[in-house]
Amino acid sequence: MDMICEKCSKEPATFHVTEIDPDKNKMERHLCDKCAATEGFAVMSQPNSMLAEMEKIIAGGKTSLSKAGKLVCDECGLSYVEFRNHGLLGCPHDYDAFRELLNPLIERAHDGGTSHVGKTPKRLGGDHKAAQDLARCKRLLADAVAAEDYERAAKLRDKIQELESE
Amino acid sequence: MSDFTLDKVARNISEWLRGEGPMHEIVISSRIRLARNVAGRRFLSRADADEREHIAEVAATAVRKAPRLSGYMQIDVAALDELHRRLLVERRLISRQHAEASGARRVAFAVDETSAVMINEEDHLRIQVIRSGFRLDEAWDEINRIDDELEDQLEFAFHPQYGYLTACPTNVGTGLRVSVMLHLPALRLTSELDKVVEAAKELRLAIRGLYGEGSDATGDFFQISNQITLGRSESEIIDDFRDQVIPRIVDFERAARQALIDRRAIALDDKIFRAIGALKTARLMSSNEALQCLSHVRMGLHTGRLQSIDLTTLNELLLHTQPAHLQVLSEGRSLNGQERSELRAAMIRRRLGVSEN
Repeated sequence: MDMICEKCSKEPATFHVTEIDPDKNKMERHLCDKCAATEGFAVMSQPNSMLAEMEKIIAGGKTSLSKAGKLVCDECGLSYVEFRNHGLLGCPHDYDAFRELLNPLIERAHDGGTSHVGKTPKRLGGDHKAAQDLARCKRLLADAVAAEDYERAAKLRDKIQELESE
Repeated sequence: MSDFTLDKVARNISEWLRGEGPMHEIVISSRIRLARNVAGRRFLSRADADEREHIAEVAATAVRKAPRLSGYMQIDVAALDELHRRLLVERRLISRQHAEASGARRVAFAVDETSAVMINEEDHLRIQVIRSGFRLDEAWDEINRIDDELEDQLEFAFHPQYGYLTACPTNVGTGLRVSVMLHLPALRLTSELDKVVEAAKELRLAIRGLYGEGSDATGDFFQISNQITLGRSESEIIDDFRDQVIPRIVDFERAARQALIDRRAIALDDKIFRAIGALKTARLMSSNEALQCLSHVRMGLHTGRLQSIDLTTLNELLLHTQPAHLQVLSEGRSLNGQERSELRAAMIRRRLGVSEN
């Protein structure tokens, strides 16, 4: 016979777990989905929501695929599908033409990196460089604070103030 | 520039095999490469023959006008025969991809081969600076200046968010690839190499063989390079290699060498002396066998187990026993595999001063 939920005593128990309390006593719990959820174990709707998530992803994949099928750069004529097949872009404008689909790929390839930090052509002047220095210092500051390196953090804060006042 | 001049180049030792510089007993060479494209032009996969030709012309002119590059040798790679293209690959002046591509493409390189610009490889320009030993800062200083001078002549494709734009999005941003060539025979012998490979993967670094993409690690030579080019500045990428990645691997290899000396000296000597024995006596030797033997002899030299050979001879042999070099040095005679093996074995015996009979 099926086990009945120990809490509501109505629904079949579908959730079985062994809890260990602070005194190391083991305690078996047998709960139905609903009661397990109210007890904060499994989220009752999890299987359903997971399915929904998957459907969304699949549907999303479909839209982006169909979108990708039509996406063509108006400067070099390369389609996004051709790019995915060969891995090479056709012209600088592709980065903007395919931006929506390309950005996640770029992010994955560069371990989360989506914006350039570093050397900038001289023709674009120093402003850009200062902005990048500022962004870099802010990142380093966050790292320093996280690492509780307050001496370094203080130095970086000064540097940031200096850059911001320029 | 004629094949004849290239044939003379073949006799020199390449910069990357000079055997000098910090940690040179383990770090063979430090190389930095920048990928650049001319603004407003298509990338090469979508450029037709005319546009390709035009880009080659524009880039070659920029190289000629840049003061640091004015004395470079410029070679029309498309006009070279296969043998001489392979010769340039063996000297690491061009990539295999550049050698095997079709259409207008060139290379310009400094006479001492410390820097080179590939024109119309995957990107319009691929600039590289190479130094023997562990000298990344020096390499960066030089390549940064070359890049500045080229930028005075050309406008490079640059995006406010993505930085320097490249044909493949995996190079976008800095367009910077740091590649350090390491000689890790002891880690291989002690089967510790997997740990290095594992750690490198974790750090998003690529490990390749002697000639880059798709080549295996014959002779225990490994190239380690960064894969992330966006979101990290040039100096951050280089700092990582200089201060973290390479020193750790070098320490690991040193420890493995010491462990072999302390605990398995006979086995170590056996490898080293068998290798020198084969090099001095073999009548047929493939390039892979030569590389493996030279690798073990190199380890013998740097661990002090062997003194009877000098580093220059060893490095020359590493280069000159490669198939294209061997063929060019034998006056370009077309050779089959067995003839090459025979010639290679004879060249090695001669250079090692073995008297024939």
